[in-house]
Amino acid sequence: MQVPLDNDMAKRYRERFGAAILDAVEDRKQPYLVVACEQFSEIARYSRDVEKFDLLEDYTAVDWPRREKRFDLIAVLYSFPHNMRLRLKIPLGASEQVASLARIWPTANWLEREIFDMFGISFAGHPDLKRILLPEEWQGHPLRKDYDILQQDEAWVRENLGIESGQ
Amino acid sequence: MHDDATQKNTLLGADELVLNMGPQHPSTHGVLRVKLKLDGERVRGTECVIGYLHRGVEKIAEHRTYQQFAPYVDRMDYVAAVSNGLGYCEAVEKLMNVEAPPRARVIRTILTELQRIASHLLWLGTHALDIGALTPLFYCMREREEILKIFEKYCGARLTTHAFRIGGLQYEAYDTLEKDVERFCKDFERRVQEYVDLLTGNSIWIGRTRGVGVLSAADCIALGASGPILRASGVKWDLRRAQPYAAYDQYKFEIPVGTNGDTYDRYMVRMEEMRQSRLICLQAIENIPAGPILGKVGKVLKPPPGEIYHSIEAPKGILGYYIVSDGTTQPYRVRIRPPSFVNLQALDKMVRGHLVADVVAIIGTLDIVLGEVDR
Amino acid sequence: MNPTVQALLQFLQTWWVELASGFVIVAAVPLVAGYVVLVERKLMADMQARLGPMRVGPHGLLQPIADAVKLLIKEDIIPDNADKVIFWLAPVVSMTAALTSMGAIAFGPAFQVARDINVGLLFIVGVSSLGLFGIVLGGWASNSHYSIIGALRSTAQLVSYETAAGLAIVSGLLLAGSLKIHAIVDAQYQNHVWFIFLAPVAFFIYAVASIAETNRAPFDLPEAESELVAGYMTEYSGFRWALYFLGEYANMIVVGAVATTLFLGGWLRPFPNVHWLNWLDVLPALFTAAVGVYCARRAGKQPVAVQTWFMWGVAWACFAVAAILAVPLFVAPLKFVVPGLHGAFWFLLKVGGYIYLFMWLRFTLPRYRFDQLMSLGWYILIPLAIVNVFCVGLAMICETEYGWNRWVALVVTTMFTLGTALFLLHLHEKRTAAASSATGVTEQPAPQDTYAG
Repeated sequence: MQVPLDNDMAKRYRERFGAAILDAVEDRKQPYLVVACEQFSEIARYSRDVEKFDLLEDYTAVDWPRREKRFDLIAVLYSFPHNMRLRLKIPLGASEQVASLARIWPTANWLEREIFDMFGISFAGHPDLKRILLPEEWQGHPLRKDYDILQQDEAWVRENLGIESGQ
Repeated sequence: MHDDATQKNTLLGADELVLNMGPQHPSTHGVLRVKLKLDGERVRGTECVIGYLHRGVEKIAEHRTYQQFAPYVDRMDYVAAVSNGLGYCEAVEKLMNVEAPPRARVIRTILTELQRIASHLLWLGTHALDIGALTPLFYCMREREEILKIFEKYCGARLTTHAFRIGGLQYEAYDTLEKDVERFCKDFERRVQEYVDLLTGNSIWIGRTRGVGVLSAADCIALGASGPILRASGVKWDLRRAQPYAAYDQYKFEIPVGTNGDTYDRYMVRMEEMRQSRLICLQAIENIPAGPILGKVGKVLKPPPGEIYHSIEAPKGILGYYIVSDGTTQPYRVRIRPPSFVNLQALDKMVRGHLVADVVAIIGTLDIVLGEVDR
Repeated sequence: MNPTVQALLQFLQTWWVELASGFVIVAAVPLVAGYVVLVERKLMADMQARLGPMRVGPHGLLQPIADAVKLLIKEDIIPDNADKVIFWLAPVVSMTAALTSMGAIAFGPAFQVARDINVGLLFIVGVSSLGLFGIVLGGWASNSHYSIIGALRSTAQLVSYETAAGLAIVSGLLLAGSLKIHAIVDAQYQNHVWFIFLAPVAFFIYAVASIAETNRAPFDLPEAESELVAGYMTEYSGFRWALYFLGEYANMIVVGAVATTLFLGGWLRPFPNVHWLNWLDVLPALFTAAVGVYCARRAGKQPVAVQTWFMWGVAWACFAVAAILAVPLFVAPLKFVVPGLHGAFWFLLKVGGYIYLFMWLRFTLPRYRFDQLMSLGWYILIPLAIVNVFCVGLAMICETEYGWNRWVALVVTTMFTLGTALFLLHLHEKRTAAASSATGVTEQPAPQDTYAG
């Protein structure tokens, strides 16, 4: 399913950013670039301004707990002029911070808040990084693989909902 | 969202007033809490508090098989369940490298377009009700009833339909499906004219919606707002045309575009979209190909390891599914890109400078469903 | 005999008619208002392709009774820091103002509490606007931020449209020449035409202003459910709320009565002076009998026996009323009843039509935003009303001083008023266009970085 990506676009990225592009893959005919997190901000800006990926369609994360770099940040970009999509994948360590995309694509504001809420990844330079779907005082990041599906923040439930068992 | 670090002092030296449109409110279309920062009557900024309907659907997906998860997606945008199902089934089909047979694709298109009409009808009724027109709601419900009857005859459910299966369809089109759809479409044109008569030229309606909640095209793209909001701001772009899925490449339809990006334009765009959906349905029922309805998909689905991102043009905007498979029967990660969540972010920009009474109109014009915002 | 008792008996002897009519009004109006609410609900349902109340009583005919009982037995909730006396007083003031103003209304030539009062119309308009106090006091006494804002908004709206309504009434009064109710209707009889045809713009202004005065859609923002700032009625529940609500519907009746008296010929039947149309006099009886026939036909189709009996009861009641209306026409000794009875019928029919118009507009039109509402009142209606008074006055002068034909004078001046209306609308459009381009933020942020999130 996965084939290495070697088209003009990948060449341009590699030329511009060299070692920061860790890998270029095409999975089921959808291209994605694996990118180092240090240069992520520049790569994102380049994607928007030069490669014309003007829409940040989605921004999410995947948790691979057994890997050294635990998280995979996935940014799905779409270009209106070229009518094509590109995914940027950023491997991220457990306590690593990555630059916020909110200044480049304002839509990243809430999307990053959701990633922070669900995974605990923090974004440097985000204007208002706080939980969005869960209550602000909630402890724990549910979409991590070590958060059991039945688990809840029992202290919060006990205090705010009045349920003694905390569940 | 831009939170003023210091309280802005207004003309009279008064502080800003924070008005809370609480989670329970007749007009917030679900449990949405909006904190308005007011300067007198004018809104200076908003803060949305969401998550009241968060059910952890993405976490649940990791503990269900692919087929078991399909009914869950209906419950996100519960107003347009068929679209959600279409996006999910197509995403998993892409992940598995199977294609639904042509007959299934056409029937999927018909049902999805009917669902688009139903979703827009509900939007129109509730939006008009918020602005004060009491009657369009009931007319819209009357039309929607016909569509829901078709759904009920097809798959047994009206709201959370679970109409599609991974690989195609489970149920064959029932005997009179084409006749029912044709009858509905023939009737519908006259009904749309009723709504147009009631609202489109009405000077009160125009006064409440023209110039309200303006969002420029650049803002739309920057904020990720999609669907009718993007089209009303002047961007002639529809995912059904740009990257066709299901059977959309076979049908001719127009993409309605607005000019100012205000509430009135969004209203016109959605009205026209309903008309275009009707045309797609009429074209589709003329020629439903014969053949199987389910592709070559085994009972146990084990997609090869990898990932996929697939998005469709849901009635509310771009609905995207990002699915990661690790080779087992359960997905490793399912991410749902909800149009309402991203569109709601634009509320802050749209509401600034308007009066409090306009906030309700603007929330209505965004057409959000909290099930989708919170998942 | 005790002089106090003697004085009291003397008082009763002189005023017993007025007291009795007043009592009838106070007893009947809440009930009638309740049924007006039912009519509104049924009408709304009909326009919305549904049925409306159907359960309580056949076709929902006992719904108002059920609602009244429910509201009476509800728990009486008073907000904590509310001023208890004023909280109690406010709905009472509202209802009292509406009922008192009905004192001067003549429901037909025979029924009027304040007989022949020489400031009839002024009394009605003046006293009904005292209902404002009920709103303001209610909003204030609720001790809630949002109630007082809603109350003040409502008051501002009422006062603004009161001005326009008053000016429209003045135009009508110029034609009538008197404030006495009987004299106004008589003037329309003498003129052979309803004043709506002589001063249509005035009627239109009054119609619009009266919708705003009674807080009806499209001017019902202060009490709309989807409005953020909940209205003055929020903290009121149970029967207190019912009093406000009934006060609103009583106000609708008052406003309808004023419009009917001044513009629609009061209790005159259509074409009262045309003698060969005298057969129109049987129309009230025919109409009532037709309603009775309809009920009788529907009676057989009721699903439940008790509903069938009820419908038959209603049908027979209609026939009885038809008989009461028809018999005096033909039985010579009873002929003196005809003007009063038939007059009351025609009057109520016209008020009913006016209220039907209110309801129709409510179900059709969306709501005005408050600033649009106020700008409509101050920028369009009041200037138009002023111009209209001026024009009607001019027409009257032309007629009396220069011998113009009344119709010619009025048509000419109405044309001028309509021209003014178009001009005002044009100005209004320019103003709203300017306003929306000022508030509508359409800056194009070229560097997207400037949006600091």
